[in-house]
Amino acid sequence: MNLVGKFIYVLLGILLFSCKNESNNKTVDNSAIVESASQSERTGQAFVIDDEGRPTVLKVAINSPNHTTLVAAVQAAQLENVLVNAGPLMVFAPTDEAFTALPEGTLENLLKPENKKALANILKYHVTPGNYSKEFLTTFDRLGQANNQYVKIEVINGEPMVGGAKILASIPAGNGIVHVIDKVLLPPSNE
Amino acid sequence: MKNILKPLLAIGVFLLAFTSCDNSKKSDSRSGALAGNVAEKVYVAPGEHDEFYAFVSGGFSGQLSVYGLPSGRLFKVIPVFSQDPEKAWGYNEETKPMLNTSHGFVPWDDAHHPDISQTQGVVDGRWVFINGNNTPRIAKIDLTTFETTEIIEVPNSAGNHSSSFVTENTEYVVAGTRFSVPIPQRDMPIKEYKGNFKGALTFISVDPQDGNMDIKFQLIMPGFDYDLSHPGRGKSHGWFFFTTYNSEEANTLLEVNASQNDKDFIAAVNWKKIEEYVNNGGGTKVPANYAHNVYDDETHSATSTMKKEVLVVNPAEVPGAVYLLPTPKSPHGCDVDPTGEYIVGNGKLSANLTVHSFTKMLDAIENQKFAGDAYGIPILNFEDVLAGTVEQPGLGPLHTEFDDKGNAYTTFFISSEVVKWKVGTWEVLDRQPCYYSVGHLMIPGGNSQKPWGKYVVAMNKITKDRYLPTGPEVTQSAQLYDISGDKMELLLDFPTIGEPHYAAGCPADLIKSRSKKIYNLEDNKHPFAVKSEAETKVVRDGNTVHISMSMIRSHFSPDNIEGVKVGDKVYFHVTNLEQDYDVPHGISMIGANTSELLIMPGQTETFLWEPKQEGVWPFYCTDFCSALHQEMQGYVRVSPVGSNTELKWSLGEEIE
Repeated sequence: MNLVGKFIYVLLGILLFSCKNESNNKTVDNSAIVESASQSERTGQAFVIDDEGRPTVLKVAINSPNHTTLVAAVQAAQLENVLVNAGPLMVFAPTDEAFTALPEGTLENLLKPENKKALANILKYHVTPGNYSKEFLTTFDRLGQANNQYVKIEVINGEPMVGGAKILASIPAGNGIVHVIDKVLLPPSNE
Repeated sequence: MKNILKPLLAIGVFLLAFTSCDNSKKSDSRSGALAGNVAEKVYVAPGEHDEFYAFVSGGFSGQLSVYGLPSGRLFKVIPVFSQDPEKAWGYNEETKPMLNTSHGFVPWDDAHHPDISQTQGVVDGRWVFINGNNTPRIAKIDLTTFETTEIIEVPNSAGNHSSSFVTENTEYVVAGTRFSVPIPQRDMPIKEYKGNFKGALTFISVDPQDGNMDIKFQLIMPGFDYDLSHPGRGKSHGWFFFTTYNSEEANTLLEVNASQNDKDFIAAVNWKKIEEYVNNGGGTKVPANYAHNVYDDETHSATSTMKKEVLVVNPAEVPGAVYLLPTPKSPHGCDVDPTGEYIVGNGKLSANLTVHSFTKMLDAIENQKFAGDAYGIPILNFEDVLAGTVEQPGLGPLHTEFDDKGNAYTTFFISSEVVKWKVGTWEVLDRQPCYYSVGHLMIPGGNSQKPWGKYVVAMNKITKDRYLPTGPEVTQSAQLYDISGDKMELLLDFPTIGEPHYAAGCPADLIKSRSKKIYNLEDNKHPFAVKSEAETKVVRDGNTVHISMSMIRSHFSPDNIEGVKVGDKVYFHVTNLEQDYDVPHGISMIGANTSELLIMPGQTETFLWEPKQEGVWPFYCTDFCSALHQEMQGYVRVSPVGSNTELKWSLGEEIE
C-alpha cells in the first residue's frame, strides 16, 4: 500500500508540476472563443451534486439504456450545462437505433473533434425552450429550436410527428420533458 | 505488481482527465484565486472605501440594496415598496402614506430596474429611480439621504416592467406596461383582448431642481407586451426604444401563443415630437385615479394625493412619432450603445443578437420604406434598419451593457454566460461562464454615454451549490468580473437580497461627499416635533392621546406617564434631539401592534399604541446608543376605562 501511495503522490506531483509549466508557456488560443466556456470545462450546473430533485433532462438521458449514443454525442459537443438549465427544455431524444439508421459513417464523422460545432448544431435542433405534452404538441405547426431553426410538426393518425419522427415515449424531467423519438432530426440546410 | 499497476494506471488517467491542464480560461473562482491576484482585486482594506456604489434591485423583496464594488459589501437595504421593521418604513405613521395606491395600502411590490439620474448623458448620482412591477409605481430614492422620497402610481398600466429608465438629462423617467389591459379599465370578456386591450407607455417628467415627478403623457399603444426599454442618447437623444413581445396579442398560454411570430418589434418613440405636441395643447385628458406620494425631509412625513386625470396620446395623432422595428423572437433587453447609434434587441428565444442602426432607421423613415403597419403605426423593413447580427453567441440572450472601449457584454440565460463582443464588427471576443443562469448585468454607467468599464456585475437567477446551503431557499447571487483587460476575469461571488433583476452603479465620489449626516433639528417642521425637553407634553383629545416625546443619550422625556386608559389610541411622537453623526435612537412599547421606530438625529417619527390591558407597561430604546443604553427606558401607567387617573408626565422627579 505504501508503494501505491508513493506512486499516486509522485503522479500527482508530476501532474501539478506539468500544469504549472504548461500554464506559464501557454499562449491564448483564440479559437476557443467560439466555444462556450461554460461547456469547455467540467464545471457548471451539470456538475452540481443533487440526488434529491427530480432528474433533469440530461440525467433522464444518461439513465436510459437506449440513449447511449445521444449521451455520447452530448458529451462530445459539451452541451451538458445547457441541458440542466432551468429551461424549461423539451428534448427530442433519438434512440440508439435511430442513430444506427443514419447513413454509414455519418455519426463517426460528427463525433470527430473538428466537427463539434456541426454536432452541437444538430443536437440543439433536438431541443425546444418549452415543456409540452405529446398530446399538446398536436396543436403546433412548428417548434422554434435552440439552434435558431424551426422543426415542422404534422399530425398523422392523431399523433404528432416531429420533423418526421414518431414519439415513442415521454418522460417528465425536473427541468422539462424528454420525448423519445425514432429518428434523428437533421436541421434544414436552406436557412 | 502487474495487478497493482493496472488500477494505478486507471487512477492516473482519471486524475489526468480531472486535473486537465489545458484549461486556458481559469474562470472558476477557486482556480482563478490560485492563478493570480484575484483576491487583491476585490480586497478593500478595513476602513477603506469602495470605488463604486452599486444599487441592486431587491426584486420581490420590494427593496433596493446598496453595495460597494469591488468588495461586494452590503451597506444598506433601502425599503421602497415594502414595510421594513428595522427602519419602521411603512410601519410608522409618517411613511404609511408612501405605500398608498388607488387600491389602498399596498405594502409590497416587485422592484425591478433601478436607474440613476443623468445630466447630459452622464450619470450624476442625484437620484435612483426604480419601478414597482405588480401594482404599477415608480419610486425615487434621494441619494443624499438614501431614502425613498417619492412614489407615483402609474394608471392604465399593469406589470410595470419596461421601466424605470431615464432620458439623458432626466427629463423623463419612463414606465412601460408589460400587460396590456382595457383602457380605461372595464368589465369585458377576456377573449376580446385582441384589438381592444392597449399598452400604455408613460412619460413621467422629473423636475430638474427638486426631482418632483408628474405624468406628462401616456402613449396608448397596441395591445402587445412591453418588456424593457432604454433611451436614445447622443445622436438618438429624443427617442426611446421599447422591446415588445406577444405581438400576436394572445391572452392565454403565452409561452406558446406569444412565440408564434418570427419577429416581434422594438417600438421607437420620438418623445420630443410628442412632448412638442402635448406642449401645444395636444392629447386628451381622461379620468384616472392614481396616487402621488411625497416624503418631505423637513416635516419628516409623507403625504398621499389622489390624482384624477391623465393626458393620453394616440400614436395616430402624432404622425412620425412612433415606428416599429421588426426584431426576432420575443426580445427581452433593449439596449442602446453609448454613442446612441446601435439598438440591441436581445431575442430571448433566438440564438442570434440583433442590432439595429439608428441612422438606418432615420433613413428608412425619411424614404418612407415601410413594410406595413400595426394599428396605423408604420413597420419598417427588418433589413433596412439592421446594423448587424452577432451570430450564435450563446443561448437565450437577455440583456446587454457597454464599456467605454466600444465593447458590448451580453448575458445568456440558457447557456449561462456573459459574452463580450465588438460593437460594429459583431465579433465575439470573449466569454465567461456564470454560476448559474444569469439574468441582467451591470457596468457602472452602462446605460449612459459614459460607462466606467472596469467591472461588470452579473446577476444570476440560480445559485444552487455556490454557497453554504441554507435549506431549499438559498441566497440570491451576483458575480463580479474584471473587464479592464482583453479577457474578462471572474473576481467574486457575493450574495444579494430578493431577486437582483438589475442594478445601476457609479463612482462613489459622485455620491459620498453629498451624503447627509444628520437632520438639522432647527429645520424640523413635524407638527409634533419638540426642539427641547421643555417642549415635551402629553395631550388628551377624547380617547386619543398625543405624546410629544424627546430622546437623547440616555433617556426619554417624559419617561413616566400616567392617565392613559385601556382603549385609548396613544400616539408616540418621538424626536431625536441628538445632532451628532450616527447616533440614532430606537423606541418600542410592549404590545404595540407595529415595529420599533428608528429615529435619526433631528428626526421625528410616530407609532400608535392601543393598550388593551391595565397595568404599568415599559418602553425602551431599541438601538444601542450609549454606555447607558440599558438605562434608556420608561413606563406608561394604563388605568381601566372610565377611571379618574390624572394625566401627568415627568422625567426625573424623584431623583435622590
